[in-house]
Amino acid sequence: MPGSLKGWDRNQMAARAAQELEDGMYVNLGIGIPTLVANYVGDKDITLQSENGMLGMGPFPFEGEEDPDLINAGKQTITELARTSYFDSATSFGMIRGGKIAAAVLGAMEVSEKGDLANWMIPGKLVKGMGGAMDLVAGVGRVIVVMDHTNKHGDSKVLKECTLPLTGKGVVDRIITNLGVLDVTPDGLRLVECADEVTRDYILSATEAKII
Amino acid sequence: MNKVYASASEALDGLLQDGMMIAAGGFGLCGIPELLIDALVDSRVKNLTVASNNAGVDDFGLGKLLATRQIKKMMSSYVGENAEFMRQYLSGELELEFNPQGTLAERMRAGGAGIPGFYTQTGVGTQIAQGKEVKQFNGKDYILEEGIFADLSIVKAWKADDTGNLIFRKTARNFNPPAAMCGKVCVAEVEEIVPRGSIDPDHIHLPGIYVHRLVQGQHEKRIEQRTVRQKETA
Repeated sequence: MPGSLKGWDRNQMAARAAQELEDGMYVNLGIGIPTLVANYVGDKDITLQSENGMLGMGPFPFEGEEDPDLINAGKQTITELARTSYFDSATSFGMIRGGKIAAAVLGAMEVSEKGDLANWMIPGKLVKGMGGAMDLVAGVGRVIVVMDHTNKHGDSKVLKECTLPLTGKGVVDRIITNLGVLDVTPDGLRLVECADEVTRDYILSATEAKII
Repeated sequence: MNKVYASASEALDGLLQDGMMIAAGGFGLCGIPELLIDALVDSRVKNLTVASNNAGVDDFGLGKLLATRQIKKMMSSYVGENAEFMRQYLSGELELEFNPQGTLAERMRAGGAGIPGFYTQTGVGTQIAQGKEVKQFNGKDYILEEGIFADLSIVKAWKADDTGNLIFRKTARNFNPPAAMCGKVCVAEVEEIVPRGSIDPDHIHLPGIYVHRLVQGQHEKRIEQRTVRQKETA
């Protein structure tokens, strides 16, 4: 049924994405579902980067303890940890562009079977800007996209070619959707895992891109 | 050498010209030079080009200079929080040059460091690369981005000494150091000015050579997205 979401919910997708992160990694989490990934890292020693100039991002503050000088890239109030360091935006993107950040988990509007990513603009409708997304996908070690498999009309967001302006070309390594996990390979998309109660056939029928 | 001025308006006196390019620090509403922006509104200087990661919100930060139509062009990475910005842009009244956030920061840093251009992988294969020189290094494509050389920098720091050495606080540092570096003249507003010698030289984030004028004042420091967690009940 178009629009119906089967498989994992937002939290389950975030939990699945958290499995991608390894002990000791420096990681950047995007806005939306990717932010929830922090709730599922468990005992793993992960340092979160916030591209506005912080390593070691802590949880949201308790009410009354908000600090206007301490926000994340989504402009939300946050807290610091014992390991926290602060730096300016040029240094922050130096570590992103310089490949020091092991992985980024980002949302997307569209992903292509070649690993192209579109997540910053809908011409004529949504003109907000790319923020740090273009730098992240160009620079970090591994790009993991977390998104619903289809849009609200039931159309596949995993496409042969992106229709929206690109954030990066050939930059996505792994796609985690409510239906399952797909890897971008030189030969096309490879189905790694199906979500609970989702079949390979169902994913094939819900995906415009070719799955090998 | 006296860098300390009594008010933001006095600190900008003689520096403003219609059509000038201003680099502004801040990320969202965090660490923005709110007093200097208010002083720019009062000055009525116009046709400004402003390089700033964001454009404020409708009634705070750079949004105030948009409301008065003093800005001709913005160079930004994200402008999603500002309805008046969107209206002016979609109606063609305001020019907008989108820059990836890291490219914008590096363009400012480079300008301040005397580097007129640099190559980056950011934006390769996207519309950001259109019209830009592409060069291969080690088999990969990079695009040429140019340093920003602003007429004026306006920044916000936490603390300064009277020689202009600056300390920032937490994530309010953000674009302030690179923005400060790339201007011919930099005016910094701070929460506190202390006598020289009272800041450990090892703790200075931005040396006073980049800071020409200083003003101390009260900051509203508005929070854009107040987000809290609940205390667990025992």
